[in-house]
Amino acid sequence: MGQSILSDMKRAAKKSLKARENELANTNRQMEILNGALFADGELPYFKDKIAKTGQFPLKPKTLEILQINVGYMCNQVCEHCHVDAGPDRKEIMTRETMEQCLEVIRNTGAHTLDLTGGAPEMNPNFRWFVEEAAKAGIQDFIVRSNLTIIRSNKKYHDLPEFFKKHNVHVVSSMPHYTRGKTDKQRGDGVFDKSIQALQDLNAVGYGIPDSNLRLDLVYNPSGAFLPGDQAAMEHDFKKALKEDFNIDFHNLFAITNLPISRFLDYLIASDNYEDYMYALVEAYNPAAVENVMCTNTISVSWDGWLYDCDFNQMLDLKVASKVQHIKDYNEDLLNDREIIISQHCYGCTAGAGSSCQGTVA
Amino acid sequence: MANSYYDPADLRKFGSITEWSEELGNKFFDYYGKVFEEGALSAREKSLIALAVAHVVKCPYCIDAYTKDGLQRGITKEEMMEAVHAGAAIESGATLVHGVQMMNKYNKLSM
Repeated sequence: MGQSILSDMKRAAKKSLKARENELANTNRQMEILNGALFADGELPYFKDKIAKTGQFPLKPKTLEILQINVGYMCNQVCEHCHVDAGPDRKEIMTRETMEQCLEVIRNTGAHTLDLTGGAPEMNPNFRWFVEEAAKAGIQDFIVRSNLTIIRSNKKYHDLPEFFKKHNVHVVSSMPHYTRGKTDKQRGDGVFDKSIQALQDLNAVGYGIPDSNLRLDLVYNPSGAFLPGDQAAMEHDFKKALKEDFNIDFHNLFAITNLPISRFLDYLIASDNYEDYMYALVEAYNPAAVENVMCTNTISVSWDGWLYDCDFNQMLDLKVASKVQHIKDYNEDLLNDREIIISQHCYGCTAGAGSSCQGTVA
Repeated sequence: MANSYYDPADLRKFGSITEWSEELGNKFFDYYGKVFEEGALSAREKSLIALAVAHVVKCPYCIDAYTKDGLQRGITKEEMMEAVHAGAAIESGATLVHGVQMMNKYNKLSM
């Protein structure tokens, strides 16, 4: 394996693919790879053909449960596996005007879960206003995906745990491993220590404590070219280690598979793992996971208001196949009548026990 | 034909051994799958045992497979290396304990 290529990548990874003008910043190039020889030559089946075998094509939405809003791609971290290609150099930030359009939808949606993501959503200058307004809509489960380090990155974010508590926000945070080495390798030096401090800050206001209504869940995604292990076993190991080493409590661990797009795709290709990884995803294909794959109950909204079947399709710029494509024209009934756009990256959500922003699905 | 005895891509084809002997192949894979389920030992513990044995029997396919399996289970590299040492210690011990046979024979033949 090209260790020197990987160390070059690590140096470069302080910037997004976009800022580096890397060819994979171009979504068409990513789609060419996902539709490339490995599938075109018949070595592996197209996702469409795979799900057709079990009568699951075309993939159609079920009841809408989750409205996921990406409020911008700016982030304080530049994680190697990031499917958003987020980073400090990304300037795509949701405006207040688009947020107002989103609020209109949040007030009227049938979805029971609102899920704010990014980037680091907290870096959007209107984030707090948006959370305050959205919380008034009384949605059952209000999630903010926080990368943890943001809480410790600057004084102005130190009170986020209190702010989340005030608005009864369900915090979902990334934590690649319970050891320093593996965490920092994926997410950058110092990320582990800051994340631990942030988790302790969240615990201190009541988040993650057993029986507490202040929900704190962690997201685990593998730090390399392998699939996540059993979610329950991983949760057990994380709980034991974080409690013993740092006296940290949290509720659930979501094991999420890395999808072969954006920076993770770049890593797979540079480390010569792409082919093996795609084989591993296809071999682990589970039709039961297709049944509950998250695009069947989610709508994803981008920073500029476009609608997608999921956050991954958003990053590949595959807009929903519907007359309604923008939040300003939002119509849940029309959207629910669409066919979901799929490609080979979808194997990432149907491998093994399946994968979604809420963890396994099968 | 490949010009090497080992091709990493062959690991993916392991299941194809059933094509030439379906009954025995299936029995093996059923047994194999059962062995690695959670039991009195956890699947995690068994993964580490498998990794150690993979090194002792010097099976490159098994080393690839159980390194990846360990990563998937969140097993750390320190744990993996300790498992390899456990295997290596037994293997070197197995050699060295034969030193007693050598000593016995030496003493028997010597005046």
